[in-house]
Amino acid sequence: MRQQSKLLAAAGCAVLILAGLSACNRGTGEPVVGLITKTDTNPFFVTMKKGAQQAADEQGVDLQTFAGKVDGDNEAQVQAIENLISFGAKGFLITPNDSKAIVPSIDRAKQADMLVIALDTPVDPPDAVDATFATDNFEAGRLIGEWAKAKFSTGGTQARIAMLDLNPNQVSVDVQRDQGFLEGFGVDIGDPARIGDENDPRIAGHDVTDGNEEGGRTAMENLLQKDPTINLVYTINEPAAAGAYEALKAAGREREVTIVSVDGGCPGVDNVAKGVIGATSMQFPIKMAQLGVEAIAQYAKDGTRPQNTAGKDFVDTGVQLITDDPQAGVEAKDSAWGRQNCWG
Amino acid sequence: MATTTADFETRRHDSFGLRVQHLLHGNPVLGPLAVLVVAIIAFSIVNVRFFSAANLSLVLLQVTVIATLALGQTLIILTAGIDLSAGAIAVFSSILMALFCTDAGMPAPIALLLGFACGTAMGALNGLLVTRIKLPPFIVTLGTLTIFFSLNAVVSNSETVRGADMPGLMTWTGQSIPIGDFRLSYGSIIMLLLFGFFAYALSSTAWGKHVYATGDDVEAARLAGIRTGRVLFSVYTTAGLLYAIAGWILIGRLASASPNVGTEYNLDSITAVVLGGTSLFGGRGGVIGTLIGALIVGVFRNGLQLAGVEVVWQGFAIGLLVLIAVSIDQWIRKVKT
Repeated sequence: MRQQSKLLAAAGCAVLILAGLSACNRGTGEPVVGLITKTDTNPFFVTMKKGAQQAADEQGVDLQTFAGKVDGDNEAQVQAIENLISFGAKGFLITPNDSKAIVPSIDRAKQADMLVIALDTPVDPPDAVDATFATDNFEAGRLIGEWAKAKFSTGGTQARIAMLDLNPNQVSVDVQRDQGFLEGFGVDIGDPARIGDENDPRIAGHDVTDGNEEGGRTAMENLLQKDPTINLVYTINEPAAAGAYEALKAAGREREVTIVSVDGGCPGVDNVAKGVIGATSMQFPIKMAQLGVEAIAQYAKDGTRPQNTAGKDFVDTGVQLITDDPQAGVEAKDSAWGRQNCWG
Repeated sequence: MATTTADFETRRHDSFGLRVQHLLHGNPVLGPLAVLVVAIIAFSIVNVRFFSAANLSLVLLQVTVIATLALGQTLIILTAGIDLSAGAIAVFSSILMALFCTDAGMPAPIALLLGFACGTAMGALNGLLVTRIKLPPFIVTLGTLTIFFSLNAVVSNSETVRGADMPGLMTWTGQSIPIGDFRLSYGSIIMLLLFGFFAYALSSTAWGKHVYATGDDVEAARLAGIRTGRVLFSVYTTAGLLYAIAGWILIGRLASASPNVGTEYNLDSITAVVLGGTSLFGGRGGVIGTLIGALIVGVFRNGLQLAGVEVVWQGFAIGLLVLIAVSIDQWIRKVKT
């Protein structure tokens, strides 16, 4: 009996705490805008959240944020959308963990008259959302490819390329950066929607990194075993590049190998300054989130929908090549500029 | 007397399969060892680069963190438990020791010891919940896994601490001694010493016998006078310390402490234990098998990559190996003694 009443008391406390917490999140009277990121932990999304919060304060909207538990967690994002529908949100920004699987949930949100904007990663099909605010990932890859091509043509050496991709799933961001790089470098890319179908002898091999240091290091180690003459390394992002550098350093080859990457995170820009990364393409997550929140606030006010960037099927939030080793014919900014504009 | 003779007779006419079953029952390491040797021979034939000192030392380097985690995991699985929080404790400990150096400005040896203490405390928390509150290990570590990963994100602000900002001792585990083309890292040496120590402790100390007895049948062990609660608590606490050491080795490998790695370490460590022939049902197996299990995963990942096999199929192969390993374990358990 006493045991039971203790349990009841504990359960009662838990319910009270939960009720209190949910009360804190509701009822400001401002239009609700949602932000659903892939994870809570990636600095890219942490930065994105900061940018969205800033814009929400300026626009006088109530920002509700959600995230998947791990990259690829669709379930949590579906739940987030259900919550936003029940909150009566005006719209939300989403970085889909699964571009296809999220579409039915987005359809339901649109039936509830919400404006849905994909941030950073497009959904499939792209027109399932009202707009996509993103980095042109193909362009981001193309810029580092062009830079590498210029560097290797002045150096006069034959390139042996290691491709450090994200994961085996052929995710659109991964595919676009990979293929953009190869096209920028002057490799025949075959099917632009597929990684790994090209047969250019300059490519030493592909491996996956999960976009983190450990994966980058292991992948680079394995590819160096496969081909010790590798002298150019494409990496999906800067953490993978940092891992690849450790592998090259362990092999004593860090001075002969050029690493290129994409992201524009502050640690990555520091690595450009230190010569670890030859060149990187910077993206602008704060701008992405701010423009997104502003677009939904505008929609809440008068029903205006965002317009795509001319000539593209999305709103291009820009990309900037950062390098301290500029090449003729490739527009770039240096790491000092990068330091002022980096994220994370 | 008559039965003994009959037994002897049947044993002599055992089929080949039965004899293998008996052999494996007596020596759980033989199965994994055979897989490792066959894999090494096969990959050496496929690609000449595979069987080189440089590449083999690379495989050892690549499995060092997972093997150290799997060492702690083995102790827990031997007691018929499981630890889902292994990777979380390692990554969280690595971030804590890095922050002790950078944000708190402590000297490296103190930061390191404090980091080990934190990992040990996390393991002790698991141990307390298992022994005092008597919750199943799966549930305890499922909960602490989530807690440690989230605290990790909170404490680190999701930011990587760079090795350059830390004293040299923190990244020391990443340096290596060249022995010809073979490069043995200090991290690998620490890992191998730990395996040696625990192989001895499990086989030749009272504590080791108590661990096996508790895992085999906790009730029988209790009746035999073993203080099973203490044994379990010591196992979880020791595992916590081992995970923290793995965290230190991880800092050396990455030349940084990153809060965003290690999400798959928990399952990877269990994979190594299972492939190494330690039974998920407790009481059977050992740490040498685990080292071999970790090497099997490393050899397959590296060998399949060198053979030009697509990454999707590498996971397939390792998953298949796990299923085969567990099936063999079940088959061996049915041995008639």
